[in-house]
Amino acid sequence: MKLTKTLLGALAASTALAGAAAAQTEMKLWYHGAGNDVESGLLNTVIEEFNSAQSDYSVVVESFPQQSYNESVVASALAGNLPCILDVDGPVMPNWAWAGYLQPLPISQEAIEGHLDSTIGRYDDEIYSVGLWDAAVALYARQSTLDELGLRTPTLEEPWSKDELMAALDAAKASGNYDYALDLGTAWTGEWYPYAFSPFMQSFGGDIVDRSTYASADGVINSDEAIEFGEWWQSLFEEGYAPGTSQDPADRDVGFIEGKYAFSWNGNWAAAATLDAGVDDVVFLPAPDFGTGPKIGAGSWQFGVSSACETPEGAAAFVEHALQDKYMAAFSDGIGLIPGTKEAAQMTVKYADGGPLAVFFDLSEKQALVRPVTPGYVVAAKVFEKALADIANGADVADTLDAAADEIEKDIESNQGYGH
Amino acid sequence: MSSKLTRSNKAGWLFAMPGFSLLFLFIIVPFFFAFYLSLTNQRLVSPNEAQFVGLENYRNLLSVAVVTLEPETDDAGQIVRDEDGEIEYPRVRTITRSDEFPQYRGMGEWFRWHWGDTAKVVIASDVLFMKALVNTLTFALFIVPLQGGGALLLALLINQKLRGINVFRTVYFMPVVISIVVISLLWRFIYSGNDGLLNNILEVLTLGAFTPIDWLGRTDTALGSIIAMSAWQGMGFHMVIWLAGLQAISPTLYEAAAIEGASKWQTFRYVTWPGLRNTAVLVLIVITMQSFAVFAQVDVMTNGGPLDSTQTLVFQTVERGYGKQDISGGATISVILFLMVLTISAVQGFLTRERK
Repeated sequence: MKLTKTLLGALAASTALAGAAAAQTEMKLWYHGAGNDVESGLLNTVIEEFNSAQSDYSVVVESFPQQSYNESVVASALAGNLPCILDVDGPVMPNWAWAGYLQPLPISQEAIEGHLDSTIGRYDDEIYSVGLWDAAVALYARQSTLDELGLRTPTLEEPWSKDELMAALDAAKASGNYDYALDLGTAWTGEWYPYAFSPFMQSFGGDIVDRSTYASADGVINSDEAIEFGEWWQSLFEEGYAPGTSQDPADRDVGFIEGKYAFSWNGNWAAAATLDAGVDDVVFLPAPDFGTGPKIGAGSWQFGVSSACETPEGAAAFVEHALQDKYMAAFSDGIGLIPGTKEAAQMTVKYADGGPLAVFFDLSEKQALVRPVTPGYVVAAKVFEKALADIANGADVADTLDAAADEIEKDIESNQGYGH
Repeated sequence: MSSKLTRSNKAGWLFAMPGFSLLFLFIIVPFFFAFYLSLTNQRLVSPNEAQFVGLENYRNLLSVAVVTLEPETDDAGQIVRDEDGEIEYPRVRTITRSDEFPQYRGMGEWFRWHWGDTAKVVIASDVLFMKALVNTLTFALFIVPLQGGGALLLALLINQKLRGINVFRTVYFMPVVISIVVISLLWRFIYSGNDGLLNNILEVLTLGAFTPIDWLGRTDTALGSIIAMSAWQGMGFHMVIWLAGLQAISPTLYEAAAIEGASKWQTFRYVTWPGLRNTAVLVLIVITMQSFAVFAQVDVMTNGGPLDSTQTLVFQTVERGYGKQDISGGATISVILFLMVLTISAVQGFLTRERK
C-alpha cells in the first residue's frame, strides 16, 4: 500500500515538474569535462542562471570524459542522436562543420566584440563556435637558471632567435645540473604534438598543409624550410638536449619542478601547479623566432550548435549568456584557462595586469596561430604526430616528411578535397 | 535421421539462446558489416556518400613491388659515392611520384638490399600495414612457446600438495584478473629508461656494470619488451587450463610409473605429456588467436613506435578506423586479420589432429 502511495506521489511530482518546464524548450548541452568537479560546478552555475534569466529555453547538461568525448559525438551523429549545443575542440570544428554535425552559430557581432581571435571558430566564412577561453604555450624557465647561465631574458618584442635558444640549451647542458636541458613533453601523445610543435615548423617557414588551397601538402610539410625544421628537431634528441618519445609521463609532470630540466615547453594549464609547487622564480618565456616570427598554437574548447538543433537562436542566446566576463573570469580562476577578453582577464587573480600568468594572455594575443582550418586537419594532425615521433627516433628527415606529404594528400584525395 | 542436438532438446536451445543471440548481434553481424565496409570507401565522418569500390581497399593494403635503383653517375660515368664510400642512389620518390610509373604512385619504401652496384627496393602501397603484419607474426611466433611453456611450468609447480598452495595459485593468476591497461602502465614504469625497476635490478645484479637501457624507446628492444610482458600477463590463464589437464590424468598411471622405477623426466615424457595432448592443442590454438589481437599493450606503452617497431594489425585497425577516420581501411585490415587467423587455426588443427 505504502509503495503505491509513494509511486503515485512521485508520478504527481514529475507531472508537476514537466508542467513547469513545458513553457521552456529544452536544449541538451554536451560537455567534455566529466570528472572535473570544479569545471562542472562552474558550468552548472552558468546554466542555472541562464535558465532562470529567461523563460523560453532551458539547458540540460550531459558531461562526458574528455578522452572519449569526440568518439561519443561521432557515434551519436551516426545514430542521428546529437544534442542541441555541442562543446567542440577548436581544431576539430571544421571537420564537424564539414560533416554536417554543426550549423553556423547565429551569434551577434556585439557578443564577440573584443574577444581573442583564437576563441572564435571560423570556417568557410561563417562562425561555427565560440569559446570562453584559450590556452597558450610558453617556455618555462627559472630566473635563477637564466642568471646562472648568463642568458638574456627574451621578451615578446625580442624573443630568442634559434641561435640564442641553442646557446641556452648548450649552456644548460654544459652546466651538468640537469638530466636534460629541454623538456618538450614528448610523453604527451596525441593532439599535443601538432598543437605544441607545428608552430615550430611554421616559424621555420613550413606548415602542415598549404593554407591557401588546403588541397595539397607536397612542397609544404616537406619544403626545404620544413626539412630544416626536421633536422633541428632531430638534433634535439640525437645530441641529448631533450628526452625522447619514451619520456616517463611522471617526469613530464614534475621534472621541471624537481629541477631535472632547465627549460620546459608547456601550456598555461601547468603554470598554477608549478607556482604552487614552490617554483617562485618561474618565468614564462615566449616562443623563439626560427625565422618567420615566433608562433604558438591556439584554439581550445568552444561551444557550437549541432545541425539537429531546432532552436539555433536559443543556443546562440545561451552562448551569448555564457560569454559574459564574469563567467570567463570564474572559469579562469577555477581551472586556470586564459580568459577570452581583456576585461575578464582583469577580473581574475592570475591574469590581471601584474598577475603571475598575465604573460600568457599577451602570448595568446601576439603569437597565436590557429591550426590549419580544414576538415582534413584531424587526419593531417595524426600524420604530423607520427612523422615527428619517427624523426625524433632517428628516421630520415626528408623521407619521413615526404611520406607524410604523400599520406596527407592521399587522404585529401579520398575525401574529394574536403569541400574546399 | 535427425541428430540428438536438434531432437527433443527445446530446453537446451532455450538456454543457449541469450548467448547465441549476443554472439550473433555483436560478433557475427559486425563481421559481415566489416566485410561489406571493406568493399566501399566509407569514412567515419563525411558528408560524402560512400561508394562501392570493389577490392581497391585490399589492393591499397597488399600491393607490393620491387624496383631497381641504378647508382647515381657523374658526367664521366663514374659511380658517385658519399664520404663513407657508400654508393649514392636516386631517391625512391623519383619513381613513386613520377608520371612515368603510374603503377607505383603513392607507394613507399619498405626495405632494400644491394645486388652488385644496384639497389633492389621493395616498395609497398602501405608500408605501415606491412610492418604491422611482420610485427604481429613475430609477436605470435614468440608468445606461443613463451606463454604456453611458462604456463605449463607454473602448472607443474602448483600441481603439488603443499601447505598454502592456493596462495601461489592466486598470485600466479593475479595478472589475468587485473586490467591489461593497468598492467601496461605499471610495466611502463618497470621498463623506464632512467631509473626503471628493471634497469635498477640489472644494475644491482651486475654490480653497476650494466648501462641502463631505454627498453621501450629502442627499436631493437621495444617489441621484445612487449612480448615478455604479454607472455607474463597471460600465463596465469593458460596455467589454469594446463592444471585442469594435469588433474585429469589418472593417479594410477603415476603409481604404475613409480613402480616401474621411472625417473621424473621419464614420468613427464611418457605419462604427463601424452595425457596433456588435447590440452596442449587447445592452449596452442587459443594463445595463437589471442596473440593476433594484441592491442592494449601497444596503445598504452609505445603507440606503435619507436619507428614502427611495435605496430600491430589491431592497433593499425583502430588507428585507421577511428584516428584517421578511414573506417573502410580499418575494416579491410580486420577482414584480412580474420582470414589469417582462420587459416592458421585450420592448419594448426590439421597438424595436431589425432592420427589413427
